Amino acid sequence: MYSYSDFDEQFVRERVAQFSQQVARRIDGSLTEDEFKPLRLMNGLYLQLHAYMLRVAIPYGTISARQMNQLAYIAETWDKGYGHFTTRQNIQYNWPELKDIPAMLEALADVQMHAIQTSGNTIRNVTADHFAGAVGDEVADPRPVAELLRQWSTDHPEFQFLPRKFKFAVTGAEHDRAVIKAHDIGIQIVRNDAGEVGYRILVGGGLGRTPMLGKVIRDFVPAEDLLPYSEAIVHVYNRLGRRDNKYKARIKITVHEHGIEAIRDLVEARFAEIRPEFSGVDQDMLRGIEAQFALPELTAGGAGVYDADYATDPVFRAWADTNLTAHRHPDHAIVTISLKAHGATPGDASADQMRVMADLAERFSHSELRISHQQNVILPHVRKADLPQVHKILAGHGLGTANIGLVSDIIACPGMDYCALATARSIPIAQQIATRFDELKIEHEVGPLQIKISGCINACGHHHVGHIGILGLDRAGVENYQVTLGGDATETAALGERAGPGFSAEEIVPAIERLVLAYVEQRESAEETFIEAFRRLGMAPFKAALYPEERVKDAA
Amino acid sequence: MARQFTPKVVTANALLEGDVVYLTADDRWSRTHSEAELIEDEAHAQIRLLEANQPGIVVGVYLADARRGPDGPEPVHFREVFRATGPSNYAHGKQSATDSAGV
Repeated sequence: MYSYSDFDEQFVRERVAQFSQQVARRIDGSLTEDEFKPLRLMNGLYLQLHAYMLRVAIPYGTISARQMNQLAYIAETWDKGYGHFTTRQNIQYNWPELKDIPAMLEALADVQMHAIQTSGNTIRNVTADHFAGAVGDEVADPRPVAELLRQWSTDHPEFQFLPRKFKFAVTGAEHDRAVIKAHDIGIQIVRNDAGEVGYRILVGGGLGRTPMLGKVIRDFVPAEDLLPYSEAIVHVYNRLGRRDNKYKARIKITVHEHGIEAIRDLVEARFAEIRPEFSGVDQDMLRGIEAQFALPELTAGGAGVYDADYATDPVFRAWADTNLTAHRHPDHAIVTISLKAHGATPGDASADQMRVMADLAERFSHSELRISHQQNVILPHVRKADLPQVHKILAGHGLGTANIGLVSDIIACPGMDYCALATARSIPIAQQIATRFDELKIEHEVGPLQIKISGCINACGHHHVGHIGILGLDRAGVENYQVTLGGDATETAALGERAGPGFSAEEIVPAIERLVLAYVEQRESAEETFIEAFRRLGMAPFKAALYPEERVKDAA
Repeated sequence: MARQFTPKVVTANALLEGDVVYLTADDRWSRTHSEAELIEDEAHAQIRLLEANQPGIVVGVYLADARRGPDGPEPVHFREVFRATGPSNYAHGKQSATDSAGV
């Protein structure tokens, strides 16, 4: 894992000191809210529906056991004993008081963490594949380059006042677990015909009110050109991006309005201009960063214990079938810990649970954890021999739910339970769907199915790329939920199609149940997943399941 | 004919704690919706909004629709109902006994 350099340490400490002064001046009245707001946003502090909210970055989703323990300490000391993991690999504290923010930031800095650029019109937390460095299908671990981008983008003088926020995601594998096509810049590490490692760069992806998939701007950017090329893209966006209209200010609109060819030409021209300024120091730094992400020393053997338990313990087997992913080392596995216990709030972990996960990481996963954009926690390097014990401890703390990738593994934004921008609630809908499918006991039979819920059109809950997407809106003072179908968040990314009129809060859960049962009825075999069936059958049978009264009306 | 004015309360978030507060008729900031002043006259609402702008105490002052209830003003829109009670997934915020201490 990356450890702060003296420069990082000094920068973060200085920022904490600076913002602490700004908080003090806000409290004593020297700063007005208008003056304070941009300063607090630069430091991840929002004012939400019921309280302040502090958004803490977990760069590329990688976190140590020590850091996780500190997050637990912060949750208990200055919040209500829990934290909420988000779709951008951040953690949010929902209840801090303004006067406590400096102490919280100091406590974060103590473990090399911060909340810088988790808000505002800047380059935000760089996200990456949550299985990075542990899976076998990668060209390279995406985290070193994500860390390089973090260093380059942090306090970058040219990019502190962009037209709008700007998000990077990086994957090292063809199989996209980082939703790179829904980011302002998506980076895929690839190898060219000569066997050299470089980057395929996509621009102009994003969800929100105008969802668009990223377009390839260059198929192969050599490793040493990544920073100048990225800088050229953000520079062109900074110049052309619409500052006149907040809703047209993201780079996806810039690319859409000018066309990818025109943007590419401008980027190449700017790239040619600034390339000579990059002396190669960044590549030396990258080498240093890469060394810090070396695979830990893994112990071979011991898989027999796992096989025996797998054969004899059905509860363990169910969990192993859904929550484990093949590790690049045959005697190890990647464990996904579900933060989606049926009926619980997606992405929430109590301080106790954080400590349990930290402890497990320390004992069984080389002190490392990951946060996924799917709002779960990962132990990336667990020896198969240790899995039965890991599962037992997880199950003892409400963390043993066997549902990764299934109906109840729902992404949900905080929605109107917390967010000032939301137009409807998300969390109770997720809770009710998960509870209902648990009662039906069919989610293992249903198989892989991603439901994603957003409480407003800004789409933090990624509803456009859910197999089933749910969007909560305010329709004449009543919560109303629209359903989209056929979205896909992977390398075969697709935007979901709206199925029809929305449902009330009371109607939406039965509607989703009808939809899923219709899929089970219509699939060719148990092997045909929901998304495959949707692609084969199209919207019609699913629409009929959602709106049975329409069918009756037509028949009459 | 001018549209009929819907009754309002003045609401904001407290600067220090961030929680939801309401302006009372005797110029206090209360944590409780039913203690708010129910404003039924548009001109008076504008004056109260100006008076409520106290940057050292509150943030984001605005007028929210409300109606007369048996125990005082009640919120109309569901967003204001959530602001007046708290989130639906935990008994936190105003609905929590420990959090409902007075001003």
